[in-house]
Amino acid sequence: MKLLAIDTSNRPLSVAVLEDTKILATTTTNVGRNHSSTLLPIIEQSLAQAGIAPEALDRIVVAAGPGSYTGLRIGVTTAKTLAFTLDKALVGVSSLAALAANVLTEGQLVAPLFDARRENVFTGLYRIENQRPVNVVADQHVSLTDWHQVLAAYQEPIVFIGADVATYEEKLKASFGKRFVRAAPQLDLPRAEAIGLLGQTMAPVAQIHAFVPNYLRLTQAERDWQAKHPEEDHAPYVEKI
Amino acid sequence: MILAFESSCDETSVAVVRNGDEILSNVIATQINSHKRFGGVVPEVASRHHIEQITICIEAALNEANVTYDDLDAVAVTYGPGLVGALLVGVNAAKTVAFAHHLPLIPVNHMAGHIYAARFVKPFEFPLMALLVSGGHTELVYMQADGQFEIIGETRDDAAGEAYDKIGRVLGVPYPAGKVIDEMAHQGQDTFNFPRAMIDEDNYDFSFSGLKSAFINTVHHADQIGATLDKNDLAASFQASVVDVLVSKTLRVLKQYPVKQLVLAGGVAANQGLRERLQLELPKHFPDAELLLAPLKLCGDNGAMIGAAGYIQYQHQQFGDASLNADPSLEFDWMPNMPH
Repeated sequence: MKLLAIDTSNRPLSVAVLEDTKILATTTTNVGRNHSSTLLPIIEQSLAQAGIAPEALDRIVVAAGPGSYTGLRIGVTTAKTLAFTLDKALVGVSSLAALAANVLTEGQLVAPLFDARRENVFTGLYRIENQRPVNVVADQHVSLTDWHQVLAAYQEPIVFIGADVATYEEKLKASFGKRFVRAAPQLDLPRAEAIGLLGQTMAPVAQIHAFVPNYLRLTQAERDWQAKHPEEDHAPYVEKI
Repeated sequence: MILAFESSCDETSVAVVRNGDEILSNVIATQINSHKRFGGVVPEVASRHHIEQITICIEAALNEANVTYDDLDAVAVTYGPGLVGALLVGVNAAKTVAFAHHLPLIPVNHMAGHIYAARFVKPFEFPLMALLVSGGHTELVYMQADGQFEIIGETRDDAAGEAYDKIGRVLGVPYPAGKVIDEMAHQGQDTFNFPRAMIDEDNYDFSFSGLKSAFINTVHHADQIGATLDKNDLAASFQASVVDVLVSKTLRVLKQYPVKQLVLAGGVAANQGLRERLQLELPKHFPDAELLLAPLKLCGDNGAMIGAAGYIQYQHQQFGDASLNADPSLEFDWMPNMPH
């Protein structure tokens, strides 16, 4: 299976080309947020280095969220359009699972997290089984306080992973004490090769048209509107004219 | 044949255009029903709808045109101006299609697209002046040749379409208000005599925020003293002021810049009051100039107009590459002067 994997969920950008379990090309940058300019050139380069034409791909795997809304849309639009236009299989992997996949200690609990501002995070809980992250608590948008309560049920060390852990490190240490384990910083970057390996064995999406980022949050405008109009529904919101 | 993408605001559109002047398909998915909830376009909501729609629109455009990727010569896309998150979906989808099928990519200015909507009526003859009126822009654009755009005048504050939406809120007309206010205006009289901003000034710029304030003050004052104003007359008076200013400035600019054609384009170009007045006034003052009204169906945002503008760039081999990015505040001067 020839596979292209993409992650633009946050500031880092990662692209990999795999043939079965063999990693043929991989590029990861952590220099800026201009993914719209850099993603496709890196995909072109990676496929060229791997000697694979886009039409020869079997599968496209993308980190589908949570993360930066704009970053997610760049990766998902590119992956979705490529899969649709070349009629290839498409797989979406949790952007948090993608980070957890960097930890290989069998049985280890891992809490990857992205900052969602104002003491809120996008996070989930994973356990490493057979070298793969298995979801234990679903990905969610949650306050640090509430997340601490959720994790109270797990009285064992938890590896916190992600560049944004640094933002809340003191708070997390205070809450979790000895259970707080900081992942080595070189593991904080998502690696598309790990995402590709995860996505290789997952079931492809049934409906490419319906594939969208997993934002895990409604927009502010929609939340406000729903609060004011609990009974109403305007759908369909988009109409062909 | 060009596959053209447009996603700069609240319409996702993909079209197939042959030779820059024949529409084989023009699929438009509009989000109006969603943004009505908020009284205007919410950028993050718009971006989310675009990504829901984009591949559906590609598929429908190819199917309706009855073509395959092998029939295509290029992919064109709006890369600005517009909402950045919305633009990014179209830009990345278009780049990906071009890359996957080894097709050249044509980056198109959205405003150039609006002007070229009129190209589906008949071929352009230069020099040409375009009055470009939409929710985001109000401009007089002079063209000496295809692909050459010079802004002669523009709004200093609100765009005309923006003013329509704002007074629509005061009148209780749902977003987007332009069409309903146009209809109300046709049933009312210009009795309020709202100001005609900058109409006598010796430049070609516009201003609509003063008119908007005068309108709102009039309505609020009536509310305070318990008076009831005729909504149709209010709409008629507002529209008369907008049309007076747009038409008189346009006629004045044509004295200094004689042209063969005057193009009316942009979302507000669908306004019947404006169309009727130009049809009446242009032949009176400039019998030799021809009026090209963008077709009603192509006044709003659509992919076909991007295909028409993109075709000119295709002829001049003006291509972008895989690093093309959205440029939310793109201006006309990006276009290099092209030989003619």
